Amino acid sequence: MNIVVCVKYVPDATADRQFESDNTVDRVGVDGLLSELDEYAVEQALQLREKREGEDIEITALCVGPEKAVDAIRKALQMGADKGVHVVDDAIAGSDSVATSLVLAKAREKIGAEKKVDLVMTGMASTDASMSVIPAMLAERLELPQVTFASVVESQGEVFRVRRDGDTATEIVEGRLPMVLSVTDQTGEARYPSFKGIMAAKKKPLETWALSDIGVEADQVGLSASWTAVEGTEARPPRTQGEIVTDEDGSGATALVDFLASKKFI
Amino acid sequence: MPATRVLPTDEAAELLRLVRQIVREQLAPRAAEAEETASFPREVFTLLGEADLLGLPYPEAQGGGGQPYEVYLQVLEEIGSAWSSVGVGTSVHALSCFALANYGTPEQQERWLPEMLGGSLLGAYCLSEAHAGSDPAAMRTKAVRDGDDYVLTGAKAWVTHGGEADFYTVMARTSDPSSSGPKGGGISCFLVPADAEGLSADAAERKMGLMGSTTATMRFDGVRVPAERRIGEEGQGLRIALAALDSGRLGIAAVATGLAQGALDAALAYAREREAFGKRIIDHQGLGFVLADAEAAVQTARAMTLHAARLKDAGLPFSREASIAKLVATDNAMKVTTDAVQVLGGYGYTRDFPVERYMREAKVMQIFEGTNQIQRMIIARSLDKGADAGSDAEIRAYGD
Ligand SMILES: Cc1cc2nc3c(=O)[nH]c(=O)nc-3n(C[C@H](O)[C@H](O)[C@@H](O)COP(=O)(O)OP(=O)(O)OC[C@H]3O[C@@H](n4cnc5c(N)ncnc54)[C@H](O)[C@@H]3O)c2cc1C
Ligand SMILES: Cc1cc2nc3c(=O)[nH]c(=O)nc-3n(C[C@H](O)[C@H](O)[C@H](O)COP(=O)(O)OP(=O)(O)OC[C@H]3O[C@@H](n4cnc5c(N)ncnc54)[C@H](O)[C@@H]3O)c2cc1C
Repeated sequence: MNIVVCVKYVPDATADRQFESDNTVDRVGVDGLLSELDEYAVEQALQLREKREGEDIEITALCVGPEKAVDAIRKALQMGADKGVHVVDDAIAGSDSVATSLVLAKAREKIGAEKKVDLVMTGMASTDASMSVIPAMLAERLELPQVTFASVVESQGEVFRVRRDGDTATEIVEGRLPMVLSVTDQTGEARYPSFKGIMAAKKKPLETWALSDIGVEADQVGLSASWTAVEGTEARPPRTQGEIVTDEDGSGATALVDFLASKKFI
Repeated sequence: MPATRVLPTDEAAELLRLVRQIVREQLAPRAAEAEETASFPREVFTLLGEADLLGLPYPEAQGGGGQPYEVYLQVLEEIGSAWSSVGVGTSVHALSCFALANYGTPEQQERWLPEMLGGSLLGAYCLSEAHAGSDPAAMRTKAVRDGDDYVLTGAKAWVTHGGEADFYTVMARTSDPSSSGPKGGGISCFLVPADAEGLSADAAERKMGLMGSTTATMRFDGVRVPAERRIGEEGQGLRIALAALDSGRLGIAAVATGLAQGALDAALAYAREREAFGKRIIDHQGLGFVLADAEAAVQTARAMTLHAARLKDAGLPFSREASIAKLVATDNAMKVTTDAVQVLGGYGYTRDFPVERYMREAKVMQIFEGTNQIQRMIIARSLDKGADAGSDAEIRAYGD
């Protein structure tokens, strides 16, 4: 089985996050890492291979992003993925979901031209922009069925059965390869790379492709070609001093309720 | 504040980053509770094993990580900065693999070493006895040859991981002290699996600290050990045990350095927040100097430990420097942790803050793997011997 896991490089959420002057996320001047939510996808791919011992399962980590984004691929390789593909091209900067999904789809087609791809896996959302739409867009572009937001993944042969936990109901959804599968953070903690995994990753194949390698024109992507653009961003206002409610005359409960209502919590 | 580290290779730098992440995410959050409830964190050792952190200083060909001591000890220090018991345990595990890795036959190594270094098994090292700690040559546990086996009888005291380990590296007498020539002869080394019949653990010691590390007496009640599990020659055991300790005490020096760093970090954070007489207590010179001395003590311990490690890695004699490192790092850890309690004032004396625990943990570092009196004895003897031999001061380039 040939699996492609889409891994996004995102700014470290524990550090300061910045926007560029054109309101795109600053991905170059900050510390970044493999999106935590995509670690779950890598983990599920690795577990799939472990569960289906004896089958020849190859896992390729695919990332679209600036030069530093190779760190996201490297992390996936250290965890146990076999190969990496990094699409990097200045023209991609500022791409929205539609444009990003085009690049991912074309890269996936090129990977598939060498060896048929059975399964495309993604996280449930990126941790920086968190649109959650890339999996659906990929499925549309690749003309594949999509099974999304899986919290439990089981498979037998070509059939994948997942649990999808919604707010009001839990669904069991079944799909057949080839398909696109996105997994949630409920699928189980991702492993740490091992020291030997870190060393082995250095020797794993890693390809770097430009847009021309995957047959995408520069004017199909980037900020100018995107259907949407972020108009402005505003930092969350700093936390204000808390409000202290006293209950000397028995009005405390009412004051609390009024406060909650004013903040639209109730 | 984690220490600035300069590492010899890229892979070592990545290793240290991985260790910091695991320490921060998995060790630090669990330490206080496990120490409070005296629970041995086997799952933490499983995790370290899976990350290939339990065989780091041994050759890759044997299943280890192929890292020099200079790197391995910095890993231990990072672990020790968050959780002494796990740092000590990691060091003791390496100590218990030493005999087989350095004195075993290729057949023995092939058979047992990969599992031991691979991290799925945990080891223990049995040298001390109730009446024979500083003077292990006085040990009484016997190993009597019977056909293809040895039969072990006696008790080993103070065994770290006693009752929790999967294998025990055991020193026992194969001949009487009177008939075995020079002092320390007549002792041999055995690799005993935990499930050997007749092997049992007493109840764990009720210690002052390091409660997350089980310490127990192991009883050998006619334990049959096949002769193929004897490591090294008959009579070579004490030499093996002492050689292991030369390296082992470097591990303790590193853990003690980490412990002191952890205590200093806690004290520093507190001193920057707490106010007295209208200003932060760090701004009172008398208190600021306590922190400055602590920082100097931590950095001195680290420098000495890494100096000894680099001698070892270069294949030069390092026994004296290992003793100095153990002495300096553990005495400094005692001082720094005691001062950390002082910096936190009354709060430092409560169990709501970790520094009183650090202080209790530091004490044992001055005691095990050779008390600090014994370290001084080794240093003095080595000075005396060195003077006999003439100058042993070498100047060498890396890699020579
Ligand atoms: C504040 C803000 C608002 C935005 N609003 C919009 C908007 O309204 N409309 C719009 O179209 N775009 C918008 N974008 C841009 C868009 O979110 C991203 O630029 C786009 O590249 C991918 O969307 P995502 O990160 O939300 O992916 P998601 O759909 O959240 O990601 C799902 C999965 O797709 C995979 N994936 C996503 N990106 C990559 C990648 N580069 N490489 C490899 N795998 C990947 C990962 O597996 C990930 O888990 C916005 C961005 C920001 C910062
Ligand atoms: C928590 C813990 C874990 C341990 N783990 C292990 C383990 O895994 N394996 C193992 O084999 N052992 C282990 N030990 C044992 C440890 O190594 C001994 O306790 C130590 O070597 C001291 O021996 P002792 O307790 O018998 O003290 P003694 O040897 O009785 O010493 C008592 C005092 O006399 C001093 N003294 C002794 N001889 C001299 C001298 N010649 N000159 C000056 N002063 C001297 C000592 O410094 C000490 O202060 C552990 C001990 C502890 C507390």
